[in-house]
Amino acid sequence: MDYFLQQALNALQLGSIYALIALGYTMVYGILTMINFAHGDLFMVGAFFCFLIATFLKLPFVPTLLLSMFGVALLGVAIERVAYRPLRQAPRVSAVITALGVGILLESVMLVIFPYPQSVPRLLSNVAWTVGGVTISLLQIIIICLSLGLMLLLDFIVRRTMVGVAMRAISWDKAIVPLMGVPLNLIISITFAIGTSLGAAAGVMYSQAFPVIDPYMGVLIGWKAFISAVVGGIGNIRGAMIGGFILGTVEIMVVAFFPSTYRDFVAFTLLLVLLIFRPYGILGQPRPQKV
Amino acid sequence: MSNQVATLQKWRDRILAGWEAIVGRRWLLPVLLGIGFVLSFLIPHFRLINPYIQLVVMYVGINIILATSLNLVNGYMGEFSVGHAGFMAVGAYVSVLLTMRVIPNNLAAWLFPLAILGGGVAAALVGLVVAVPSFRTRGDYLAIVTLAFNMIVKSIIENIDAIGGPRGIPGIPKLTTMPWVFVCTIVAVWAMRNLVYSNFGRGILSLREDEIASDLMSVNTRQVKLLGFMVSSFFAGVAGALFAHLLQFISPKVFDILKSTDILIMVYLGGIGSIAGSILGATIFTILLEVLRPLGYFRFVLMPLLLIFLMLYRPRGIMGLREFRWFIPGYELFASKIWREKREVSDAPAS
Repeated sequence: MDYFLQQALNALQLGSIYALIALGYTMVYGILTMINFAHGDLFMVGAFFCFLIATFLKLPFVPTLLLSMFGVALLGVAIERVAYRPLRQAPRVSAVITALGVGILLESVMLVIFPYPQSVPRLLSNVAWTVGGVTISLLQIIIICLSLGLMLLLDFIVRRTMVGVAMRAISWDKAIVPLMGVPLNLIISITFAIGTSLGAAAGVMYSQAFPVIDPYMGVLIGWKAFISAVVGGIGNIRGAMIGGFILGTVEIMVVAFFPSTYRDFVAFTLLLVLLIFRPYGILGQPRPQKV
Repeated sequence: MSNQVATLQKWRDRILAGWEAIVGRRWLLPVLLGIGFVLSFLIPHFRLINPYIQLVVMYVGINIILATSLNLVNGYMGEFSVGHAGFMAVGAYVSVLLTMRVIPNNLAAWLFPLAILGGGVAAALVGLVVAVPSFRTRGDYLAIVTLAFNMIVKSIIENIDAIGGPRGIPGIPKLTTMPWVFVCTIVAVWAMRNLVYSNFGRGILSLREDEIASDLMSVNTRQVKLLGFMVSSFFAGVAGALFAHLLQFISPKVFDILKSTDILIMVYLGGIGSIAGSILGATIFTILLEVLRPLGYFRFVLMPLLLIFLMLYRPRGIMGLREFRWFIPGYELFASKIWREKREVSDAPAS
């Protein structure tokens, strides 16, 4: 039982990181109907920003987190401005391929700067408490609480503020809404800033939990986060959160009770089975094709 | 001024006429292919070019097979498959097991085509795993299915210890030679071209344009999807078999998502819906990566930059949705001649 609870805690930790990254995918998809394949690599850049700031500026955890989120948000907005905006009218696939290219570009630039894996200095103390046989570290509490807090904040922004109303309106109809006086480009930039900064937050926390980082760390985690976004129903923000936690739980539980090499196999098979029975994800609404 | 224009036109007409005189010969293509086939035997035998360039040429051939087969699904059928390396892995492993465990050693070189075929057929059967979900899901969700497929294949191979698990299989006999690559590439391109321009291929194209409409026009969409995916994965398996016997070492890591991304880049660099584009894309990509090798890691920066700029200024790729005229079966090779004759008629005084 204790073992199970311990694993559940780990699942919560991994799931919240997946969910944070999945939010970035799903927000961009909701507003542009475009898969931003560079998002997993922005997560990686966030981890590297954390490494740079922690190593050279020697700031504590909170300023490091905020600075990396800000830096990656700037990068995300710049990428949208330079690479995605000119392609908004182009065939959808060319935007996706551009995103793929941007992702590889980020990986390669990081590979040129940091050819070897780097280890991130620990910013948090190693305190851990044992409650009834379950060990909880400060880091785990911070990761889970911070992720939940960020998700609640995002949910609040999307549902209760004018910016959120504009975002939802744009994802509803991109042609009409600008005619109502909604600044399309600004809202899209804000969406990118929020989505990528959430990814950067996930990167900072991930680099604290698993301190060895390399330029290709974002590939697999990015794809997995994308999968959790799809499981939840892509374009749906609450779905992305649920999907992230589901994938995290499945992965950790497979590792806990089966040989650890089955991890990817079981996770992806579950995904395939789910997509066969619910082709549009858990919360996604099938869009009927009109003739 | 008009004199200059007339001279220019005259020269252009002459060049076009010369081009037609060369290209318009029906015997030309078979002869060129024959010469290529003979050369593919002579070059390794007499070491006409250095072995490194020979290796690059063989990789170009394999990549052409991969790019054209992916183009069938991504370009002509209009799906977005991102797990092509998974099919390649199946073909590679099955063919390697055939040559190393089933076929006796002294016969391996002679029965290599059987191994290639076996790899292709196995990959085609596995292609059903992706084809069946494609009946219900489309677009981004199908992209996820293919992605998951790639990861599942990799994961399954890692978990079977009998075929090396994560360590892979070393010491594969080097059976892939220039003639085999040449023949397989030509067969793949030829089959793909004839498929795309057949009645059945029109069905594939109609799926890309509008699935519901093509269903109403009595295209059997399920059959078309099934066969499209199977043909595509068959050739991916063939390429995998050639690749494995050229590299002489395979491991699950070779066929991960980065390999799939490489194939995607080749297809979109060359242009979707164009076999000539895929050939160009695969050639340019492979050669550029080799030429830029002295730059070290910087070549990995240059490649994506090239891709981004290409997409920004030419979103459909180099040859997107177009084809060389001489490439299309039954197409009027002398279209420009007819056009020229028409112009002469209309230019003639009306008297």
